[in-house]
Amino acid sequence: MIFSGAAKGAGVLILAILAAVAIFLLVNAWPAISTPTDELSESVHWIKEGDSLLDYVGPLVFGTVLAALIALIIATPVAIAVALFISHYAPRKLAQIFGYVIDLLAAIPSVVYGLWGALWLMPQMFPVFEWLSEYLGFIPIFQGPAASPPRTILTAGIVLAVMILPIITAVSREVFLQTPTLHREAALALGATRWEMIRMAVLPFGRSGIISAAMLGLGRALGETMAVAMVLSPGFVYSFFILQAGQQQNIAANIALKFPESSGLGVNVLIFTGLVLFAITLLVNMIARWIVSRRAEFSGAN
Amino acid sequence: MAKRLDISDLNIYYGDFLAVEGVSMAVEPRAVTAFIGPSGCGKSTVLRSLNRMHEVIPGAYIEGKIALDGEDLYGRDVDPVRVRRSIGMVFQRPNPFPTMSIHANVIAGMKLNNQRMSKAQADEVVETSLRGANLWSEVKDRLNKPGSSLSGGQQQRLCIARAIAVQPDVLLMDEPCSALDPISTLAIEDLIGKLKQDYTIVIVTHNMQQAARVSDQTAFFNLAGVGQPGKLIEMDATEKIFSNPNQKATEDYISGRFG
Ligand SMILES: Nc1ncnc2c1ncn2[C@@H]1O[C@H](COP(=O)(O)OP(=O)(O)OP(=O)(O)O)[C@@H](O)[C@H]1O
Ligand SMILES: [Mg+2]
Repeated sequence: MIFSGAAKGAGVLILAILAAVAIFLLVNAWPAISTPTDELSESVHWIKEGDSLLDYVGPLVFGTVLAALIALIIATPVAIAVALFISHYAPRKLAQIFGYVIDLLAAIPSVVYGLWGALWLMPQMFPVFEWLSEYLGFIPIFQGPAASPPRTILTAGIVLAVMILPIITAVSREVFLQTPTLHREAALALGATRWEMIRMAVLPFGRSGIISAAMLGLGRALGETMAVAMVLSPGFVYSFFILQAGQQQNIAANIALKFPESSGLGVNVLIFTGLVLFAITLLVNMIARWIVSRRAEFSGAN
Repeated sequence: MAKRLDISDLNIYYGDFLAVEGVSMAVEPRAVTAFIGPSGCGKSTVLRSLNRMHEVIPGAYIEGKIALDGEDLYGRDVDPVRVRRSIGMVFQRPNPFPTMSIHANVIAGMKLNNQRMSKAQADEVVETSLRGANLWSEVKDRLNKPGSSLSGGQQQRLCIARAIAVQPDVLLMDEPCSALDPISTLAIEDLIGKLKQDYTIVIVTHNMQQAARVSDQTAFFNLAGVGQPGKLIEMDATEKIFSNPNQKATEDYISGRFG
């Protein structure tokens, strides 16, 4: 009784905080929204002549989503593989050590990942990017010339991938370990090998958990500031060229870079981009929930 | 199909703990063998060692010999996965794969055995197995619904259908009716009576009447005390065990004069 009351109270509180954040963003973004297009570029020097607010935020949304998707595409399979290794293949001692290390990695601040990306990863990436542009350049996204230094969205995506890897791995491992013995043994007793057992019992059971884990990672990647600001040379076009510099930028890094030198309407524009980021993150979460609930009937939960 | 099992001098361990000691017995083909005995005496442990499911538990192993029609199941180059493909198992709690449809559940084992199977072949296996498990008429119109949408008794029969779909040599059942109502229990008992024409069946049960009704042979296990290993006390034709057992402990247990 007390517990359900407390839970309800907490739920209401969270909703209230969400609403307050949304209202704060909306109120502060309003001056930017209500300013006519021709006045906008006059008073904010980094908005191109004649561009509307949406013209400005569009490429940023694009860059944000692109960087996060690259990160997700790289990180999810690796995270699932590592989580499966820890939960089902590694000897128990080794698995414990691995699990511990992964938890530690999840606690590293993103600026450290940014430094690592800028100082160590970037030099390593250049030959790889050159190779990609030379041999896979016929695929539009890999079109050269590969930037040097490779301050590109692919580098940013890789840094983000490494950054979100621990959280996706940690959550997936937890989920995999919770596969009911009942289902694992059902598969094994039918004569499944370990890998077949994983495909028949562990992965289907962990499916919604993997999606939640990936969405947690995606949320982090969408909102990441420092790691992106430190390795990406920004650009403001809708561009799929992931090996070229000066093409894309993400919202959070853009706010961080522009905020110190902004005043008046400029701040309102930046807050508007923040509002858009907030909306994207909410949307991602809702889609994730929808995916998870859509197959509830077939899920391992019943 | 049906093959005999010969067990000799079987010791079963969980790590350092000796759970079952010195079991020797023969399980006849095309017959039902029942394991009875008080809780903790090692019935499930012995059953699970017969298809090498025991060693799935970390640290668990056995000593001794188990042979299927003369072939040592624990031989040096015997793959446990292959053993489990020829010795099927039904668990105490029904465990259909919840993410799979009824249809997919039935052919799950087949898919492991031979990856390529035409749709017609698969449908035929599904129908024969579900008929074999007396479930066909109840589910034939909803084969694409998840296995978890069935009642407990239906789920258990689905698990039996899944186990017999691969046409195993032996079928092991660990208290298959303990989670079911009397009507589903009767349905499964009828089914066991029918299946024994084709399979070697071993069933663990706490229900004396059930053991008396369905089995041809009965093995009584007991343990001297907590922490002591379980042992096979005696094994004989079911009528003999239930009317005139050789051991006093068996008689006490069966007549209920026992903890
Ligand atoms: N996973 C395990 N790890 C360690 N010991 C176990 C494990 N499973 C069973 N045991 C022990 O092995 C002994 C035999 O257990 P088992 O489950 O075979 O008994 P049982 O005869 O099937 O009992 P029940 O009738 O209650 O099912 C018991 O002492 C039990 O505590
Ligand atoms: Mg048992």
